[in-house]
Parts: sequence; C-alpha cells; structure tokens
Amino acid sequence: MVKPVALLAALALAIPPAQAAPDLERQKELLEFLRQDCGACHGMTLKGGLGSPLLPGNLTGYDPQGLAEIILNGKLGTPMPPWKDLLTQDEAEWLAQGLVRGAFP
Amino acid sequence: MKRLAALVLFLFLSACAGLEPRGTGDLGIIIERATGSVLVVDTTKRAILGRIEGLGDLSHASMVFSRDQRYAYIFGRDGGLSKVDLLERRIAARIVQAGNSIGGAIGPKGDWVAAANYEPGGVKFFDAASLAQLAEIPALVDGKASKVIGIAEAPGNRLVFSLYDAGEIWLADMTDVKTPWVRKFKQAGQLPYDGLITYDGRHYLAGLFGEDGLALLDLWNLEAGTKKIMPGYGKGQEPLPVYKMPHLRGWSQAGDEMFLPAIGRHEVLVVDRRGWKEAARIPVAGQPVFVIARPDGRQVWVNFALPNNGLIQVIDVPTRQIVKTLKPGKAILHLEFASKGTEVWVSARDDDQVIALDTETFAELARIPAQKPSGIFFTSRAHRLGL
Repeated sequence: MVKPVALLAALALAIPPAQAAPDLERQKELLEFLRQDCGACHGMTLKGGLGSPLLPGNLTGYDPQGLAEIILNGKLGTPMPPWKDLLTQDEAEWLAQGLVRGAFP
Repeated sequence: MKRLAALVLFLFLSACAGLEPRGTGDLGIIIERATGSVLVVDTTKRAILGRIEGLGDLSHASMVFSRDQRYAYIFGRDGGLSKVDLLERRIAARIVQAGNSIGGAIGPKGDWVAAANYEPGGVKFFDAASLAQLAEIPALVDGKASKVIGIAEAPGNRLVFSLYDAGEIWLADMTDVKTPWVRKFKQAGQLPYDGLITYDGRHYLAGLFGEDGLALLDLWNLEAGTKKIMPGYGKGQEPLPVYKMPHLRGWSQAGDEMFLPAIGRHEVLVVDRRGWKEAARIPVAGQPVFVIARPDGRQVWVNFALPNNGLIQVIDVPTRQIVKTLKPGKAILHLEFASKGTEVWVSARDDDQVIALDTETFAELARIPAQKPSGIFFTSRAHRLGL
C-alpha cells in the first residue's frame, strides 16, 4: 500500500505540468472527484459502468486535449455531462493527461 | 437455592450471548463503497453489529434480501455476487459472475437471484441457496450486446428489465428457471437508465435518458405494449447537466401518485397513476437522484447530484410544497426509511457517517460511523416487490 502523499508526489513528477497544473491540495481533491464522482458512471476503478471504461487501453484514440474537451463540454447524445461549471480548463487537462498516461491507479 | 439457579442460568446465558437467538426483521446493511465492506446494523438500537469485508468493488452496489431476512445478496460493480449471513456476519457464498454489474433482483418465491450486467451484458440467474448458475439471458439485439438496467421481479415468477443500448423492455417468465421464456417489447424508449415496478407488481416504468418521458408497461395488459408517459416534459428548455444518474424503485409511489426525478431539470415530476397523466411539477434544489416516499406516502424525500449533494428536501405530499431543506452532511448518497416511516437513515459519504433522522421533527437521532457509506438497505425490503 503506497502512502497517498508519496503517490501524489510520484504523480506530480510523472505528469508534465500543463499551463498551470493544479496545486497538490487541489490534485488530491481532483483524484477524489475522479474516483467518487466520475466513478459514479465510469466505475471507481475506472473500469466502466453505464459510462465507458477510462483505463489507458480504452483511451488509445484520444489525445489529452480532445479528452479535456469532452470533460468540459460533455458528449452529445450520451449521458456524459459538461463539467465546465465545476472544473477549469487546467484541471480538465490535468485529469485528461493523467487518464491517458494511466497515472491514476 | 433459587438464587443460585438463577445465577447459574445467568452465567450460562452470558457465556453464549453470541449465540442468543434473535430476529432479523430490524437489521440492515450499510454499503461501504470504497473498501468493499458492509456494516450489519441493528436499526432498533441504532448500533453496528459488525463489519463484513472482502466483497470486491462496491462502488455501485445494490442488494436484495432473502425471504427469511437472514441473508443479503450483494451485487458489486465488478460482477461479484456475495451472499452474506446477517446473523453470523460472514460471507456464506461468493462468486464473480460477470465483468461489470449494476444490480439484481430476487424471485418472488425467493428461490433464484438474478444479476443485471453491463459487461458482457444480459441477465444471469443463480440458485438462491448455493449461487450455482441456473440460466442466462444474453441481451442481444441485432447481434449487439446491451447493458441491462432497471431489473425487478414481477408477480407470476417473472423478471422484468430494460436494455440500455437497445431501448427495449424484456419480460422473462421463470416458471422453468432453467429455460426462461422471454417476451420482448421493442422501441420502448431511448436510453432507459433505470426502471421500477410498483409494489403491487402491476406497472413497470423505465426512466429515459435519451428523450423526455418514461416508458410504461402494464403487466396486467401486455397486449397493449409499452407507452410513453410525460412525453416532452422539458420541451423548449435547454437541459441542465446531469452530474449523476437518478435511481428508480417502487418507493416513488405515494398514494395514487408517483414522484419521479426529472432528467436535466431541477424538478420532481408528479404523475397520477390512474391515467398516467402529469399532475404537477415541483421545483427542487438540484438534479434529483433519489426521490423516495415515506412508507405512509405523506412525505417524499429527495437528494441531489453535484453540486447540491449536501442537501435533502422534504416534500409534503398533499400540498406538494417543500416543507424542509436539510443539510445533514457532506455528499448525501442514499436514504432509507424505517419500515413504518418513523425515521430515515441517510449516508453522508464525505463525512464517513450515516445519520438517523426523525421524519416528523427532523431531529437527529444518531450518527453511525461508516467508511464512505453509500447504499443503506433495511431487511423490511425482503417483503416488498421490486426491492
């Protein structure tokens, strides 16, 4: 069991900083958000549910920018909502990069 | 001499206190979604009896009870199906029956349990005693597998469920549990996200994500097929983001009316069951997730999706007014009423607590510590159709 703090430090190193990467405190919140709230549809372990799985192997057709765009604006014709009222562009990009790289265990 | 006998008896009883006979009608299960564990609770004493671990991914877990209210069948997100013994507080049987699962039902006779699956899709049936697989219904439409949602047992040893991708409602006759006979209702509606059966087993409703409205099947008149109710309830309005899918069960019913969550509107829809016409719309504080009538039908309690998930609103049924807005804790995920409605337990995920509230005074009665609690299930569900 890796300690959360060590994990976050490793994540911070693993992900190249976006325009303005969220600070460590916010990263912790975003990870919780990803697991609990995105996880409501995509599964807490990102293996999918009513929403599609979000593991790196499932995202090969996406670049982080495209994914961030879906996070912010939603996906028409599906239940994926636009999260732009709750997340900033930088936060969406940070999540998208982490997802594509498989940085969220 | 009498006193000595009493003392001996007392010592004997104390020694086997763990084996003391007790009923299970006032017990309940609290799902701890992040740790794959559940708490067994005594709802009379509002106390934890024990924790059962090793149940896999419970991040979207649901469960049903055996008729004798001793066992809980817990359906995990990872396809795990665990039969848990509430008295001995241990796992009596456990299988991993699919890759990704959403929920399940138990047959009206209590002899089979059915799991609704996302991956690979379809429904599987298991022996309620051993969890040995009995049958499977693949949810294939035009060669494409569909996710199954809104599963409920129905009178006459039947099971009804909806196909998310294909937009169909299927009714399976389980007279011969090894060879289900399936009747399919096509074009029920776009993207059904959950379904409910009324407590009397007559009506099945599927909530639709892909269009404004709900699909209705009258099980007393199957020849009529499905029909849409509340069509176009959001006409002309830009839908609001749905940050969390609502859930539907028979507890939507209060008297002759059904109180249903709107999709993409901050409203509770009231539908008159005697004709299935809109009776009212009640503006609420956010996107409703659970809309649950107190068992006597006098109040309806509502919780919400982000960012209003710290709120609960209480609707007074006769006046259709919101009579109370509560903030019991952070990230309210679920609520469950005591069987006669005197109190309600709500799970506050981000406070790691379940809070018991009086439904008349709204006073707090107890706080029960739980790790990231989500679903709360009391054994009184065992005798209600569709729960």
